[in-house]
Amino acid sequence: MDKQPVIQIRNLSFSYDGPRVIESVELDIPDGEFLGVVGPNAGGKSTLLKLILGLLDPVKGEIRVLGVSPKRGCRHLGYVPQYPAFSRDFPITVEQTVLMGRLGQGRILGGYGRQDYQVAARAMRETEIFSLKDRQLSTLSGGQLQRVLVARALACEPRVLILDEPTANIDMRVETDIFDLLK
Amino acid sequence: MTFFEAILQHEFLQHALIGGVLASIGCGIIGSYVVVMRIGFLAGGISHTVLGGMGIALYLGLNPIGGALVTALLAALLIGWVSLQWKEREDTLIGAFWAIGMATGILFISQTPGYNVNLLSYLFGNILMVTTAELWGMGLMDLLIAGVVLLCYRQFLAVSFDEEFARLRGVPVTFFYLLLLCMVAVTVVLLIQVVGLILVIALLTLPAAIAGQYVKSLGKMMLLATLLGICFSVLGLMISYSPDLPAGSTIILVAGAAYILSTIFTITWQRNRARYANGAN
Repeated sequence: MDKQPVIQIRNLSFSYDGPRVIESVELDIPDGEFLGVVGPNAGGKSTLLKLILGLLDPVKGEIRVLGVSPKRGCRHLGYVPQYPAFSRDFPITVEQTVLMGRLGQGRILGGYGRQDYQVAARAMRETEIFSLKDRQLSTLSGGQLQRVLVARALACEPRVLILDEPTANIDMRVETDIFDLLK
Repeated sequence: MTFFEAILQHEFLQHALIGGVLASIGCGIIGSYVVVMRIGFLAGGISHTVLGGMGIALYLGLNPIGGALVTALLAALLIGWVSLQWKEREDTLIGAFWAIGMATGILFISQTPGYNVNLLSYLFGNILMVTTAELWGMGLMDLLIAGVVLLCYRQFLAVSFDEEFARLRGVPVTFFYLLLLCMVAVTVVLLIQVVGLILVIALLTLPAAIAGQYVKSLGKMMLLATLLGICFSVLGLMISYSPDLPAGSTIILVAGAAYILSTIFTITWQRNRARYANGAN
């Protein structure tokens, strides 16, 4: 690939109807880079990620994801949220959840293709949840659910993986596994 | 004469039976979405708003079901669009639609000569009066609902499960959310002909809610909810026939009783299992 940064942030500021959460951020993340953002609670870490993902619009400044706007580039991003945005009792299996990472690729209407199932299976093996694939989400532990979220992000086959406090619920071994995987 | 003999003899009972089955298909498929997305109140809002359209259609001498369909779709799009922009005021907005729709309907019906005959059957349904043409209409609505859901199953699942993630995958969330609400609107009109617009919400949610207690995928939930809906409407018709009770209300009470029993059963079962698991440790 070229040497253009995968994520480019220029003079970024943001606020939620109040004081500035993010002020004049400048950041370039080159391809292949492994970057952690640390900071106190309410420091704006999640907000920064949501801006990169295009879930929030900047008040000022500009973000480029793979050279395009976040709303167009977000398909090449895999996202693991800090908290699941769904309700745990939704009638859905692990496999169906991971398969959602395949949305926006391949066929538009109808069911998933064979390749979608293969990619989802690989993502589940990498995160060691393949044996849970027919389990319903409500029967999983917090750590297992976290791995489902990682698998769903991997199933997107993303160019960039964005994780918001991914290891908050995971034991050390799996944490190491996940970071090994990311390299 | 027993119910079964009566079915063979009376065309109106056959129609009622077919109508019940056709309505159950729509309510099983779309009711499952209503339950998992927790938009029962929204569906109730759509169904009550519909009276406005029925009243206006009646006043103008048009087909009230046509009026109901147009109003239901409009209400679904408006409520859906505003609630996407303004989530925190969704309940107020639905309440306003609910009341304005009903008031409009009552006003127009009151100005239509000979009105009082129809009002009760719109509110509480009259499955025994379903005509052949209406049955064809219901069949068409079922085909539409099943076809759209089959084509857009993945997108509907993604939008109802995790809207934020669906948006990141490039799924046009607003479009599919509104399309799903339009399907809710079509289902509401389908059910109005069986149980009336006040009781729609029960048939839309109860079979799916029971199904949700036993299966672990949305597709199976739809199938089971449809079967349950058919059982409830046939059973309700049977029970109501001899004592000449209102069929729609009887169907709802059967569904309601089944829901309460099933919920008690599920809770007791889970408690026992938890106790057993703890005892085994």
